[in-house]
Amino acid sequence: MSHEDLYVDHDNAQWAFGTGFTDPLHGVDQRVPDGIDAGDLAACCLALGDDALVSAQRLAEWCTRAPELEEELALANIGLDLLGQARLLYARTGRADGTGRGEDAYAYFRDPDGFRNLRLAELPGGDFAFTITRLLVLSVWRLAVFEELTSAPDPVLAAIAAKSVKELSYHCHYAAVWTVRLGDGTPESRDRLRTALSDVAPWLGEPLTDQTAAGLGAESAVVADRTLRHLADVVVRAGFDPSEVLPLGPASAPAIPGSGRDGDRTEHLAPLLTELQSIARAHPQAQW
Amino acid sequence: MNTPTVTPSGPQGPEATFEDTIARDQRVEPRDWMPDGYRTTLIRQIAQHAHSEIIGMQPEGEWITRAPSLRRKAILFAKVQDEAGHGLYLYSAAETLGADRTDMTARLIDGRQKYSSIFNYPTETFADVGVIGWFVDGAAICNQVPLCRTSYGPYGRAMVRVCKEESFHQRQGYELLLTMMGGTDEQREMVQDAVNRWWWPSLMMFGPPDADSPNSARSMAWKIKRHSNDELRQRFVDMTVPQAQKLGVTLPDPGLRWNEERGHHDFGAPDWDELKRVVSGDGPCNAERIARRRAAHEEGAWVREAASAHASKRATRVREGAAA
Repeated sequence: MSHEDLYVDHDNAQWAFGTGFTDPLHGVDQRVPDGIDAGDLAACCLALGDDALVSAQRLAEWCTRAPELEEELALANIGLDLLGQARLLYARTGRADGTGRGEDAYAYFRDPDGFRNLRLAELPGGDFAFTITRLLVLSVWRLAVFEELTSAPDPVLAAIAAKSVKELSYHCHYAAVWTVRLGDGTPESRDRLRTALSDVAPWLGEPLTDQTAAGLGAESAVVADRTLRHLADVVVRAGFDPSEVLPLGPASAPAIPGSGRDGDRTEHLAPLLTELQSIARAHPQAQW
Repeated sequence: MNTPTVTPSGPQGPEATFEDTIARDQRVEPRDWMPDGYRTTLIRQIAQHAHSEIIGMQPEGEWITRAPSLRRKAILFAKVQDEAGHGLYLYSAAETLGADRTDMTARLIDGRQKYSSIFNYPTETFADVGVIGWFVDGAAICNQVPLCRTSYGPYGRAMVRVCKEESFHQRQGYELLLTMMGGTDEQREMVQDAVNRWWWPSLMMFGPPDADSPNSARSMAWKIKRHSNDELRQRFVDMTVPQAQKLGVTLPDPGLRWNEERGHHDFGAPDWDELKRVVSGDGPCNAERIARRRAAHEEGAWVREAASAHASKRATRVREGAAA
């Protein structure tokens, strides 16, 4: 490839980026089918998109700080997958809510009280044990949701779910392998994992009782049951008693009051968004 | 009259095989005999290259969380991840020569091995992300394309993949700048400012002038290196000037002009004293870059220890299971 190709405009087929299109659902029939409540669809895509964006942002914070190069690559990979899911889900939101807004309108030009992510996703990064534990919980739950959504009545959401299931299966595997390593590793890693499990547990009630995707085929009870069984399996392999470190079900979860899905936020989301949105908001007329 | 005995002149045995491999432009492979100097030169160069990839993640990595659109965020995140991947291939290539990644990391952190001077400059605005892609990845490509044919097989093969990805990064950087130049006046000023700051340090990436490059001659003889520092620097300037014109920015060198007779651009000399200062540790961000790498390494020690402990416990369990 000669360097002239850098500034020759006519052959865009070779570019993965830079072809000018910014709509990740480009070429897809985006009409919302009859019989689907567009408001429910928009709310579901927005909430799942916010979970993905906020999680990707926390994973990006690990960049150049991971304990080993292989983990640098893996955490970036997972962050990129989630960023990709967020983009698709925001694009679907913009169509379903009737505003026609693009992905960046949702990511950059909403305030914290407009976000609908699970609060667990916005908690600060913590140590590697916390990152792995949170990743395990959120990936296992999200996998269960998206497995159900592969048969959602909206074909676009079903397609996004099918793509996401493949990615999330890897995220779950990665988090599970590390959970087992930390649980079985050294006394220090085991202590840190135990602390992380107890830090995450109070936030579990929120995903386990989440009704966001219920109207689109992801029954909350089915998702909660599958999530808890999957988590219990990993926790046992890490050498812990699930009844000690995980809530047994939605009813017994010592839920922290409020819900991210209703717009309740911790104090940690605002600074995360201030950073994420800083350049975009400083140059509102700019093009990137 | 006695027939003179013909005695072969020059090296024999494995050394002759090595010289012959180099002469025929074939690859030297890990299990082949090689001179100690060849091995240590390669380890030094590959380790330095790997470290550059890893430290090079920092100046741009800082902007991932702030990238001004989701598309730019994805591009930048993927690029920085590619650099981690390049570091991994290169450390692996060095390991085929008997080096050890843990030891190389220790040498980076305590300053016994170096990395490219360019990563000791700060990134001040998001335009720097584009200019780094355009200049720094562009310069890296000029340096590395010839390395695809370097005499040591694992290094050359790693370079093939690295160059493909770097070419992609360069185009992404340039495309960001093209987009910004089509934006607001403020954005155009950001781009020009970034070009002004990165131009001279980018020219320094090719190393000192040939006359002051102590290791070059031997590396060229061994075909580890294929072109001199000055040749590569010229190639970079010739490649970049028309791109700058297309973009609509000015390269900050009053002496830059086309020389019809030479068929190349004439250009000014970088501040070589600055390069010496930055290489010897006194650049704007040397301390910060190493401190970050050290902190990540030290804070991750307990994780690596846990992984090792788990692996050995598991191996023991497998052995005991097999014995039972």
